[in-house]
Amino acid sequence: MIKLEHVSKSYSAGIPALNDVSLEIEDGEFVFIVGDSGSGKSTMIKLLLKELEPSAGTITINGKNLGRIRRRQIPKFRRNIGVVFQDFRLLKDRNVYENIAFAQKVIGEPTRNIKKKVPSFLSMVGLAAKYRSYPKELSGGEQQRVAIARALINEPSILLADEPTGNLDNNNAWEIMKLLEEVNNRGTTVIVVTHNMEIVKVMKKRVITVQKGVIVGDSKAGDTAYEN
Amino acid sequence: MKINTFFYSIQQGFKNIARNSMFSLASMATMAACIFMFGIFYILVFNVNAMVQDAEESVAITVFFDEGLSEDEIKEIGKEIAKRTEVREMDFVSAEEAWESFKEVYFEGNEEYASGFSENPLANSANYAIYLKDVSKQTSLVTYLESIEGIRDVKQSQSVAETLTEFNKILSIVSGGIIAILLCVAVFLINNTITVGIAVRREEIAIMKLIGATDYLVRAPFIVEGIIIGLIGAAAPLVLLYVLYDKVVLYVAEKFAFVGSLLEFVSPHTLFQGLVPIGLLLGVGIGFLGSIWTIRKHLKV
Ligand SMILES: Nc1ncnc2c1ncn2[C@@H]1O[C@H](COP(=O)(O)OP(=O)(O)O)[C@@H](O)[C@H]1O
Ligand SMILES: [Mg+2]
Repeated sequence: MIKLEHVSKSYSAGIPALNDVSLEIEDGEFVFIVGDSGSGKSTMIKLLLKELEPSAGTITINGKNLGRIRRRQIPKFRRNIGVVFQDFRLLKDRNVYENIAFAQKVIGEPTRNIKKKVPSFLSMVGLAAKYRSYPKELSGGEQQRVAIARALINEPSILLADEPTGNLDNNNAWEIMKLLEEVNNRGTTVIVVTHNMEIVKVMKKRVITVQKGVIVGDSKAGDTAYEN
Repeated sequence: MKINTFFYSIQQGFKNIARNSMFSLASMATMAACIFMFGIFYILVFNVNAMVQDAEESVAITVFFDEGLSEDEIKEIGKEIAKRTEVREMDFVSAEEAWESFKEVYFEGNEEYASGFSENPLANSANYAIYLKDVSKQTSLVTYLESIEGIRDVKQSQSVAETLTEFNKILSIVSGGIIAILLCVAVFLINNTITVGIAVRREEIAIMKLIGATDYLVRAPFIVEGIIIGLIGAAAPLVLLYVLYDKVVLYVAEKFAFVGSLLEFVSPHTLFQGLVPIGLLLGVGIGFLGSIWTIRKHLKV
């Protein structure tokens, strides 16, 4: 479970990027986070990754208070959270296979295990045939699939996606969202920041709306209220 | 640390160097220049020191006696001198022996010229060569010897050892200065190389951290890079020096054969036994410290 209690974050003396945010996300939930540009969505993602420290409040993930996690334990904590970004953030000098295997190498997985595991994740994201391609040889949608496979290969219980379809056309955006839904169906908690209101409306998931650092709406899954 | 991460770090360290080859080569070359200079000075100082030791051991005081003193009388005085505690060894050189050795040196191959002398021209050159236990006791012994009745002249020959010791001091200071400057340049270049490497891999490092790489894994490749630069930068000039040393020693020994015993070179084995570990340690140490320093500055994990 993810729990934010009165969380605020200010970058400098100005207006806080997040202001007294409280929310709970259950294990296995699929949540959209929507809101205007600059409303604090990415800041929230960074707080969940412990890339940033909240200026006030506490964040608890799977029973662990993030403020209590020591620096040395951060790597271990992050291995339980997968993350994908709008710009994919693949390593350009490595092919698809290597990009995915990289996540396993980084956590010290033996090569023979990696060789067994990568192919199944490649086929899950539908890229088994392109495992030797380099990022520049792939479409945006394909690159995002690689990024998703990389985020999932260490089998995190939570997947964070910060505008994963922001650079994609409508078809590709839908495919990525379907893939994320599939990942969620297998039990992973999925949190997706997005601007694509059309997809949000159709998928009928829980939607958290942020405005100027404050949560102004939180509709339950299956709710059609979020359609204005 | 897992064994896989260990090998991964080493592999990435080599990749860093390959990716950043211009800077890496410049660093290695500077390091090599450093260690080469260090090696040259080490070899010089080591050899001069050995010569000083030789010279010190052969430092002698030569005592000449009043004209007309008989050999028996001279030997009487010799016995007195031998009782002194400073004396390690004494050689008596009779007038005849002095003349013989003079002839050997200066009339070599033309002994017939020497036969023109009917009398020993060095009749009054009977002398004692006195070797000391400790060069520093020389002055006190000389004072004593000069006070003895029947001694005409006391000659000291300490100057070689003294000059060499002085030379070595200056050499050490100058070389120390030059090496210090070169080391600073090497550290600066390693710092630059690794800073560039970190900049090039910024994105990769950011991703590694998000995926859950330990600080160790993020840093280790750069430390490996520094160590490799230091290792290669040290090994190359050491090999070169080893090859050169033999050649130079042979050349000098041949060209300057006439100075003979003074130019006794230390054997390469003895010399490099010390130089190789010191040189390698220096290179690796600088590479290691240089990279740690850079990481501290530029790689906040
Ligand atoms: N590193 C930063 N330093 C200072 N201000 C920042 C930084 N990152 C974001 N901000 C500010 O915080 C606010 C929220 O940003 P962000 O969380 O990126 O919004 P969103 O992802 O919803 O577009 C914005 O006003 C932005 O300018
Ligand atoms: Mg954002």
